Amino acid sequence: MSQIPIIIQREYVSRVKKKSFLIASIFGPLFMAAVILFVVFITSKGVDQKNILVLDQSGYFTEDFVSTEEMLFEKAEGTEASAKDLMRNKGYYGLVYIPQFDLDHPGGYTFYSSSNPSLSIISKIEQVIDRRVEDLRLQQSGLDPVIISSFKVSTSLKTLNLSETGEETNSSSVAATIIGYLAAFMIYLFIFIYGAQCMRGVIEEKNTRIVEIILSSVKPFHLMIGKVIGIAGVGLTQFLIWMMVMFGVTTGVSAFFGMNQLSPASTAMTDPTQQGLSNEMVASALTSLGAIHMPMVVFSFLFYFVGGYVLYGALFAAVGSASDTDQDAQQFMLPVTIPLIASIISISAVLTDPNGSIAFWMSMIPFTSPVIMMVRVPFGVASWELVASMFFLIGGFLFTLWVAGRIYRVGILTHGTKVNWKTLARWFMTSA
Amino acid sequence: MELLTVSNISKSYNAHQALDDISLSIPHQCIFGLLGPNGAGKTTLIRIINRIIRPDAGRVFLNGEEMTDGMVRKIGYLPEERGLYKKMKVAEQLLYLARLKGMSARDARRKIRFWLEKLELSIWWNKNIEDLSKGMAQKVQFIATVIHEPDLIILDEPFSGFDPVNADLIKNEILELRKNGSTVIFSTHRMESVEELCDDIAMINRSRKVLEGSKSEIRNRHRTGTYQVDFKGQLQTSGKVKISSMEALEGGLTRALVKDPSAQNPNQLLQKLIEQVEVHGFAEKIPSINEIFISNVK
Repeated sequence: MSQIPIIIQREYVSRVKKKSFLIASIFGPLFMAAVILFVVFITSKGVDQKNILVLDQSGYFTEDFVSTEEMLFEKAEGTEASAKDLMRNKGYYGLVYIPQFDLDHPGGYTFYSSSNPSLSIISKIEQVIDRRVEDLRLQQSGLDPVIISSFKVSTSLKTLNLSETGEETNSSSVAATIIGYLAAFMIYLFIFIYGAQCMRGVIEEKNTRIVEIILSSVKPFHLMIGKVIGIAGVGLTQFLIWMMVMFGVTTGVSAFFGMNQLSPASTAMTDPTQQGLSNEMVASALTSLGAIHMPMVVFSFLFYFVGGYVLYGALFAAVGSASDTDQDAQQFMLPVTIPLIASIISISAVLTDPNGSIAFWMSMIPFTSPVIMMVRVPFGVASWELVASMFFLIGGFLFTLWVAGRIYRVGILTHGTKVNWKTLARWFMTSA
Repeated sequence: MELLTVSNISKSYNAHQALDDISLSIPHQCIFGLLGPNGAGKTTLIRIINRIIRPDAGRVFLNGEEMTDGMVRKIGYLPEERGLYKKMKVAEQLLYLARLKGMSARDARRKIRFWLEKLELSIWWNKNIEDLSKGMAQKVQFIATVIHEPDLIILDEPFSGFDPVNADLIKNEILELRKNGSTVIFSTHRMESVEELCDDIAMINRSRKVLEGSKSEIRNRHRTGTYQVDFKGQLQTSGKVKISSMEALEGGLTRALVKDPSAQNPNQLLQKLIEQVEVHGFAEKIPSINEIFISNVK
């Protein structure tokens, strides 16, 4: 037993000292930040602004077509044919043609475009026309335009969680979804990366034949445990470094973007009501972030990261012990990782119903709970469920360590044998 | 008292019986040859002594005490299939292996310095194993085996892969270790390599022990009264004198193996030979370990 810390130390230090660890520590978060920035950039920029001509022969739409980030409206004069020529010759994206029409029987509007227009463009143009026609018809029926505008409402649903004790807290679906998804994906990624390291470490010891020298001082099970724990430490260190770098990068980036948002140039061309709305959304997302129990999320992340990694790391070590090369290991990799892949696929189902039965059972089964429970935790999970799930995960990794240990102690000394599932079962059954 | 006693060890893998009721006793401060052809079960027996695998039956005692996991620290083991971490520095690697054997980091560092100097590896201490030649890596493996000053050193096919210079170096180290009180088990299928080194030997063939004892006693026991004689002239089979082989040497000499069951001592045989030929050399032909082994497994 006393040798396990020495093994952990070697496994940890030899990996952390590698250049590849340093590179991954610096470029991992930079890469992720680049991806996030790219997504933010794409979404903030939205689609290219489209130049659209409006030919209004009815005279009803004097100031209804207001330019947005998506569409830049320009008034056209003349006939339908001359407007179409103008659109083609000057490279406009589209033309809204509104002929003279009877307010009692509205219709006959046409949208010409150079390519198939998106649904959002069509619905927005329709919305503008509908609103205006509605207003006009209400005015026609004798209502004061001031009264009409005072009737108009814009709804933003406020969502609150009502707890059993009657406490109200801001609910936070959007923020919870983002955090849950990110945390689950990180766990998935880390289990794969460090599980594979565990496997390769075992294969290395087997191939260089140092293993027999070590086994003359150490029990195979202790060697395996030391390796699994040492690599878990590497993963945690890497994670902490990533978090620190990410924190630094995001603080820098948000400071930069925050300043950018205040500059008048970027808001000048956009619809003020829309801008107000999106600011409101950002503000509500930020306040609801406070509703997520962050210490609980962080604690759960660390627990499920370590627990999930140990559970799979042990199996990866057993696979490594049965393989002479990385290629040999492939045949066992897929079956071992199927539950992990299944949980990643199930994330969207869990997100639609974070407290449904799929979500519940998958967060109890130790093979899927690390990923699935991390999706659920930001939404708030009953304490007993969390405790039960953690308890099962501990039981789960003790079980896989036991199974893996029995395979490992035979496999690690076996060379050049074609290993299949039957062989593994026989090793498992062997008494010593 | 014996240093190591192996009593009635049996081990089988699936249908294959690897060891069948093996018992050995190995005295203090001796070099013990564990001999046998490939696949005889030597490595299995060594792994059992090292507690890497467990026997189906039988027990192992070290210094009269039944072996426990903690006692493997008193053993140094150089396996036949051996290697080191390729990307680890020489000194780091030795420190790791020494600490696994229970040494304190401080003692280990001191001993590492001593051994690297002794085997002329000092300038390589901070190099990765992959940058070392094969012979140098083998020296490092040898250091890892003996660094914790074990009572018992087990070397499985130690000379396979060693160049003659390094093999000689290691041989001298082994002799010195014995002088300083260690006991060495030496496992090999190349009998000629143990001829000069071993004090005691045991032979294993097809998972059974076929022979055990001190080398000189075994060789004496297998004497056949055959003498090697170098002579000039014509030697004929006469009376009880039998000639088993004859070959021409340089300078008109002939070498023959002769045997006379009726002779009471070598002088009587020599007298008979002198009557026939001019004798240039005369010595008893004591069988080599290899010959004894072959005659035993037939």
